Amino acid sequence: MGFMTIDGRKVEFTDEKNVLSVIRKAGINIPTLCYHSEVSTFGACRLCTVEDDRGRTFASCSEEPRDGMVIYTNSGKVKKYRKLIVELLLAAHCRDCTTCVKSGECNLQLLAHRMGILDVRFENTREHHEIDDSSPAIIRDPNKCILCGDCVRACEELQGIGALGFAFRGTDAMVMPAFNKKIVETNCVGCGQCRVFCPTGAISIRTNMEEVWDALADPDVRVIAQVAPAVRVAVGDAYGLTKGRSVMGKIVNVLHRMGFDEVYDTTFGADLTVMEESAEFLNRLQSGRKFPLLTSCCPAWVKFVCDQYPEFKQNLSTCRSPQGMMSAVTKEWYRDPKHSDGKRTVMVSFMPCTAKKMEIRRPNSFTKGEQDTDFVITTTELIRMINNSGIDFAALEPESSDVPFGFGSGGGVLFGVTGGVTEAVLRRLIPEHNKAALEAIAECGVRGDEPIKEFTINYEGNDVNICVVSGLANARRVMERVKNGEANYHLIEVMACRRGCIMGGGQPPRAGDRTKAARARGIYSADNMSIIKKPDENPMLQSLYEGFLKGKTHELLHNESY
Amino acid sequence: MLDQSYYQKADEIIASHGRKSSSLIPIMQDIQEEYRYLPGELLTYVAGQIGVTEAKAYSVATFYENFSFEAKGKYVIKVCDGTACHVRKSMPVLDAINKKLGLSKNRKTTSDMLFTVETVSCLGACGLAPTMMVNDEVYPRMTPEAAEALIDRLKGGEGA
Repeated sequence: MGFMTIDGRKVEFTDEKNVLSVIRKAGINIPTLCYHSEVSTFGACRLCTVEDDRGRTFASCSEEPRDGMVIYTNSGKVKKYRKLIVELLLAAHCRDCTTCVKSGECNLQLLAHRMGILDVRFENTREHHEIDDSSPAIIRDPNKCILCGDCVRACEELQGIGALGFAFRGTDAMVMPAFNKKIVETNCVGCGQCRVFCPTGAISIRTNMEEVWDALADPDVRVIAQVAPAVRVAVGDAYGLTKGRSVMGKIVNVLHRMGFDEVYDTTFGADLTVMEESAEFLNRLQSGRKFPLLTSCCPAWVKFVCDQYPEFKQNLSTCRSPQGMMSAVTKEWYRDPKHSDGKRTVMVSFMPCTAKKMEIRRPNSFTKGEQDTDFVITTTELIRMINNSGIDFAALEPESSDVPFGFGSGGGVLFGVTGGVTEAVLRRLIPEHNKAALEAIAECGVRGDEPIKEFTINYEGNDVNICVVSGLANARRVMERVKNGEANYHLIEVMACRRGCIMGGGQPPRAGDRTKAARARGIYSADNMSIIKKPDENPMLQSLYEGFLKGKTHELLHNESY
Repeated sequence: MLDQSYYQKADEIIASHGRKSSSLIPIMQDIQEEYRYLPGELLTYVAGQIGVTEAKAYSVATFYENFSFEAKGKYVIKVCDGTACHVRKSMPVLDAINKKLGLSKNRKTTSDMLFTVETVSCLGACGLAPTMMVNDEVYPRMTPEAAEALIDRLKGGEGA
């Protein structure tokens, strides 16, 4: 508690952990390249340097606020200092901005522009390093790395993976996996958080847009889209629409205009997942089989379990992810000559996630020898595709998605946010479907953006212990306790990314606290707007189970093994 | 693939320092002492055993010049190129050694695995400049001729 003077104005501070936060609270957007409130303070970029009343300069991210402090954020000295830092960074940086995938979203580019750097005085002496495109999820281009360490800290502190680290020192320093291995040879789970944190184009999404454009241009191909819940609450932001508001209708319209033959909704796949996963849960409960049941919707989490906790592989739900079920069912539907019309089917899935690009290549993502999902397009790529097409997205009229797989329940939409899978499963398990029952579920502890949520519900006389986790580092904490017998859960829901898919590795980057909250609200409000809340009451699902899916549920909806 | 004995040795070394992340550097030092280099497979193994990520262990190992992932020769010659030694002409000493052994900046170990030649920034013996070390022994006031003679003696098996 206290007051400090920032650029001649008195500013109150309370529990801010550093001067930087106080400055930002005062409405001054002080530049940073290595500061993120969610990971530890690194103090490497020095761009947040300020000057105090005695002429001393210091990095505001690494200084605690003190009562009576007098600081200047824009004195001639700090401005000159900051400009020099950016200039030096640019000196050792690839400057092919026009052809860089990050152009327009790059923090370094933005800062160089903001500081009016039109010329770099220093010679670029950096050697060229090989680009690592071994991973289906991300591409690492060391030539664009500024050594801020954001990816290293995100991978280690938030995700508990630590696939990346600094290597060597001084002018030889680089960020790389151990022994400069290819990403695909490391324990990387493909979550893409490094790419979300990377301020430049050093880590970017492995894109598949060209393959999709090619499929759309092929008259012999039926191109089908499925759109995940978290995508619809993130696209509008890029077009100046209300943050977090679902724009599913506009997305359907724009995809139709781009030439997609059918646009389905992944919430339908989510409903299928709820049906299968709750049946599996009940089966375990009745047969006294091994608990906890671990959710299997998140591919980064599934890989995490397989790599780091192989002894718990059997606890993973055998259910395919909503994406997997959706694609398997759709492909099977169009295998019927009655529906196929002589065309080949290409399934494109629009996801907030880079790890989904890995999931579709797993052996258990194939049915009848055929890959179920052909391409995964992240939200960021979808926005690029819309921009590429020139369609005025903001002005589009909403359209409804297509039959027979274009409708999901409110419960299915909830999959986009942490706790959503559990909430949808509870809706399925609890027989009542009145408003009070739904509200009771919503208030049982499943909602909210805390990283680890634990609660107990009563189901038919049994106490069912549930744990909902987001962020893999948190998942590790929970799994260690489970492994050591310190915690007993019946169900553990894990989403690899903090707050769930709404903050996935394929979402548009640089989302602040307001955007994060707005996306979660957007998911809940999309649920509120759904007429059908319970997955089992989805009429399209019911007719599918009674007809087409008979005898095929195991083949299309479950994984043999991990 | 490393022989199983390497892992057993690593286990002993880990046990002597304690299975904790702060033991990383002393463990790496002991392994290097044992094998005259730090086998990459052992670094990965140690990291897993003491609970640090492989990338972090690699980060530490590459930060310090002292650790080497390549097998070093029986005699490690460290020619000092600190300021004092440099002005007292340590570079001609280095050049003479490299020439005699057929080594260069990029090739530091002889193929018979007898000699490794490195430069160091200061041995802390500036009064004796130019200095060099062979394994643990310091050789003061070197000249190119003295260095060549020393190498001949070492080759003859007289020990450092």
